[in-house]
Amino acid sequence: MDTKPISEIEEEIVEEFSFFGEWNDKYEYIIELGKKLKDFPEDKHTDANKVRGCQSNVWLAADSENGAIIFKADSDSVIVKGLIALLIRVLSGKTPDEILDAKLEFIDKIGLKQHLANTRANGLAAMIKQIKMYAMAYKAKQELETK
Amino acid sequence: MEAALTKQMFDVETLRKEFPILKRVVNGKPLVYLDNAATSQKPLSVINAISDYYCNYNSNVHRGVYSISLEASDAYDCTRDKISEFINAGSASEIIFTRGATDAVNLVAYSYGLENVAEGDEIIVSEMEHHANIVPWQVLCKKKNAVLKVIPVNDKGELIIDEYKKLLNNKTKIVAVVHISNALGTINPVKEITDLAHQRGAKVLIDGAQAVHHMPVDVQDIGADFYTFSGHKMYGPMGIGVLYGKLELLEAMPPYQTGGDMIISVSFKGTTYNEVPVKFEAGTPNVEGVIGLNKAIDFIKSVGFDVINSHEQELINYATEKISEIDEIEIIGTAKNKASVLSFVVRGQHPMDIGIMLDTYGVALRTGKHCTEPLMDRFSIPGTVRASFAVYNTPEEIDIFIDALKRTIKALK
Repeated sequence: MDTKPISEIEEEIVEEFSFFGEWNDKYEYIIELGKKLKDFPEDKHTDANKVRGCQSNVWLAADSENGAIIFKADSDSVIVKGLIALLIRVLSGKTPDEILDAKLEFIDKIGLKQHLANTRANGLAAMIKQIKMYAMAYKAKQELETK
Repeated sequence: MEAALTKQMFDVETLRKEFPILKRVVNGKPLVYLDNAATSQKPLSVINAISDYYCNYNSNVHRGVYSISLEASDAYDCTRDKISEFINAGSASEIIFTRGATDAVNLVAYSYGLENVAEGDEIIVSEMEHHANIVPWQVLCKKKNAVLKVIPVNDKGELIIDEYKKLLNNKTKIVAVVHISNALGTINPVKEITDLAHQRGAKVLIDGAQAVHHMPVDVQDIGADFYTFSGHKMYGPMGIGVLYGKLELLEAMPPYQTGGDMIISVSFKGTTYNEVPVKFEAGTPNVEGVIGLNKAIDFIKSVGFDVINSHEQELINYATEKISEIDEIEIIGTAKNKASVLSFVVRGQHPMDIGIMLDTYGVALRTGKHCTEPLMDRFSIPGTVRASFAVYNTPEEIDIFIDALKRTIKALK
């Protein structure tokens, strides 16, 4: 897990993508990231964890560890899995406040927003929303516990 | 000999010049547009006619007594005659302008359906219907406690007519079936389907959204009671569609929506409705859409169905042959009678990933369920990749598509 601040990890990703000129190269990199994402537990493939897209589905599970949230996710689309890998790299292991404050500008900066994130087809936008919901829920829980 | 002559006379490169969008560059590559079953591109004649309307005679129809309103009304009304002739309706009064094919099906379900379907009655659709020809009937069945029956599809993607015959009985009130499947390209025997339904006294609606621009359609020959299609899939504008209905049925049906234009007189004691077809066109209509649709029909006629058909068949045959050389491909929909739609899955890969990668090569095609979720369930697949061809597509474009597909499969492996 990356202990750097979110903005720093985002910068790293933007830097990595700047090496690719063509969109097919960017996607081939995303596909590679997707293929490597393998740690989603089989028993978490439940309807409750499912974030439905119009074409592809995402499964998202969250756990807390020392005040941080650990995300694990999977998808039936390898490109979406690659995008998930990027999101997890940025957001997993961070505190609820850090996650809620994250602007996720890297999506825009590497040109993905225009390409993908705005369509309802792939469930990516829905997944980001779900991650933020988890962060809100964990924040509320932590506040209750400290009272 | 005749076919060879037609082919010689047809110059696809000249025809492509009529479509400005085909010159577009996408992701640094020339656009290869293969999503024609979703919507076709528009020729300049259609684009210019719409622009001409707004630049020179924009006004509301059927209300003004001044020159430009009369011009707009004329342009609107004469299109009705053109469409009537195009599909060989009995008269122009049988042509109703709608927002699209979906709107047309809804009109029939709500107006004819609510009036004529009762508890325990049955409505038959098929397993290959677009959601637009399922959901309105489902809603109607729920409202009326009627029963929805489904004609199954065989492994090739053809309707099983023997099963259809078993579903028909004296309780069948409506049969609603697609002419050409948007997801598979299957051309259904709509005349036979209609005859069988009529023998049981049922009315028939044929969804022709994928048919009217591929082949000559003669609604009187088919015998269907209702026939629906949309303008934007036939080289015309978005937001305009057509419902054909037999005059005696339309006259007996209550209005679907109410408001201006569809009335003769209104008082707080009551309202008298206008005659068919205006009875079904409440409010200011889509005048630009109708004017554009007029020119789209001119375009189709100027190319001719013999040329359209032979060119599109050549494209689908070539694409099928080329794609069959790729090991991982499974074609979904191998009906004997098939229009220019090539639906397939790549074993082990999600259709959406294929679509996203193909876009990076400039190839625009459709992935997913194609609004036919029950059909995808029938084949136990999450969706397909679908290339659909129009008269302006070329074998060279198919080469680009197949090459990009091979590279995509390699990258995804």
